[in-house]
Amino acid sequence: MIQFLLKGILRDKSRSILPIIVVSIGVALTVVLSAYMKGAFGDMIDQNARFKTGHVKIMTKAYAENKAQLPNDLALLEVDKLMESLDKYFPEMEWVNRIRFGGLIDVPDAQGESKGQGPAAGIAINLFDPESGEVQRMNIESSMVKGTMPQQSGEAIIGNDFAEKLNLKIGDEITYFGTTMNGSMTFQNFIVSGTIRFGAAAMDRGAIVVDISDAQKMLDMENGTGELLGFSKLNIYEDEKVKLLADKFNEKYADDPDEFAPIMLPLREQNNLGEMIDYSNYMSVIFIFIFVFAMSIVLWNTGLLGGLRRYQEFGIRLALGEAKGMIYRRLIMEAVLIGMIGSMVGTLIGLAGSYYLQIVGIDISGYMENSTMLMPSVLRAKVTPELFFIGFIPGLLAMVFGNMLSGIGIYKRETASLFKELEV
Amino acid sequence: MKYLSIILVVSLSCLTFNLEAQKMPEALEIIEKVDANMVSKTSIVESKMVIQGRRKSRTVVSKGYAEGDKKSFTEYLAPARERGTKMLKLDNKLWIYSPSTDRTIQLSGHMLRQSVMGSDLSYEDMMEDRELTDVYDAKVTGQDTLDGRKTWVLELNAKVDDVSYAKRKMWVDQERFVPLKEDLFAKSGELLKRIILSDFTKTEGRWYPGKINFKDMLKSGKGTDFIVVKIEFDPEILPYIFSKAFLRK
Repeated sequence: MIQFLLKGILRDKSRSILPIIVVSIGVALTVVLSAYMKGAFGDMIDQNARFKTGHVKIMTKAYAENKAQLPNDLALLEVDKLMESLDKYFPEMEWVNRIRFGGLIDVPDAQGESKGQGPAAGIAINLFDPESGEVQRMNIESSMVKGTMPQQSGEAIIGNDFAEKLNLKIGDEITYFGTTMNGSMTFQNFIVSGTIRFGAAAMDRGAIVVDISDAQKMLDMENGTGELLGFSKLNIYEDEKVKLLADKFNEKYADDPDEFAPIMLPLREQNNLGEMIDYSNYMSVIFIFIFVFAMSIVLWNTGLLGGLRRYQEFGIRLALGEAKGMIYRRLIMEAVLIGMIGSMVGTLIGLAGSYYLQIVGIDISGYMENSTMLMPSVLRAKVTPELFFIGFIPGLLAMVFGNMLSGIGIYKRETASLFKELEV
Repeated sequence: MKYLSIILVVSLSCLTFNLEAQKMPEALEIIEKVDANMVSKTSIVESKMVIQGRRKSRTVVSKGYAEGDKKSFTEYLAPARERGTKMLKLDNKLWIYSPSTDRTIQLSGHMLRQSVMGSDLSYEDMMEDRELTDVYDAKVTGQDTLDGRKTWVLELNAKVDDVSYAKRKMWVDQERFVPLKEDLFAKSGELLKRIILSDFTKTEGRWYPGKINFKDMLKSGKGTDFIVVKIEFDPEILPYIFSKAFLRK
């Protein structure tokens, strides 16, 4: 039977070409868009986790209330004790200290006068201990444009654009000017060991990366840190698991009235990433729904046109004694075959497009020049196993639904008036 | 009879209003008297700044020299972290010298709006010492009593663009012509800072506050107390003090 139907589909191309094209286009679009959204949202969430939020972040309650202002005067103190306790109670996580700080980077001329300056967006991480994994986590080495990683205290990496603007060379001295956690003025000279471009406008503007021990000394934050970030040792963000972990930690300090008591925020409760995670999860479902709905209407219409074209054929088949149900079922089987062919073609095209976007991506850096949101400058698709069926099943369903709707007309044919209709 | 009463009441009201209006002095006159008290040709001030942070309080001791509204020089004497840090203001430029790095840095742009040493004062606040009459149009809006002292309430609206606060409300002591309280507003009308002046003493014929509390209304906390330890009006100040070279001395 299938062979018979296939022959019919292949020989009568007007019956199959248009639906196959429609289904293929729809499936390909669904696959590409799903892959692109998955990749783009995944990259954004991952980048935010690595650079800003961690999978969880611990701050003081007071710091958390004003975290956008990087209030280091409200930083966590006695961090070594807290780290010990975290390692003991949450061994599945890796914990790292980070200090973010604002201020001014000033470049002196030969006379020690300001040659140029700009606002600093400083980040202090553990640069010297390879076990912390911070250098890899923040892609520092691969983001370096010139020079080398800091080898000793007093060296810093600065944003490449800033370095070029001020004509800075590797080995030049710069002065950081800012405020300590106690509010005192602080000045610190650094030697530029390298320049960096993270590829995220929000990170590159005024970037200065120093070792955490330098920052602690410079900002009077001995044994203190602005933020304590936790990353799953498997490096996979599991929303539910992380939420439970944060609830368990926060339970301990829930009744502590001290505004400097620690609080743990999971990734989804920071930087509006919760909405992004939900959006990312629902995106494929939304695409599939839109696809099935829109394609069903298009294919219903195509089926109706096909039905009109095959009006005489169905009439003759009814007149020859074929049951209405039999004709309807064969029509649906034809739809299944056409849907499968269209979905396969569409999935292949979609996968090829997704793979291309995974490798090349779409450069959005031009739109991100003034953005403060942490986003990758190139958004790439992500090819995942689910793409093999994410478009295939809806493609098939849309074709079948469309034909089921248009095929209802068969049941409205009256055998008594068939001969009149067929003008026999 | 009814109409006669109304006319009488209206006439009395007008008379009272006129008498009140006559009692109100000109705002410009008040401001000039305030400036005469608070602004001098030159001054040397030894002061303590008590900064009440959320974790702890700090006291920063400094000595400042000023000449008119264009030149000022401040050297920080304590605590140890701050000792030797110097600030020089010439016109609308501000330099800071750090002895630990032996660098002189000019502050500009957004940095001028940052807090000075964690206090409730910004660098812009420290730089702004033009005479009020040069910057604001003033009008007397009423009278009030603060801490048992009668005050004129003045509303000052900026007449120049380069001013940190577009509007000020000032309570001026009717007898001593010194401000007792000031509210500083943004262009939007939001209250940004409150200044309360107290502990007045008469020095060299001028009434001058011994303590000024600055409160950034956008921050929590008790604000910053600026305590005048010693003040000299119109002393002779050697010109080289207001030079960049002196920062490194």
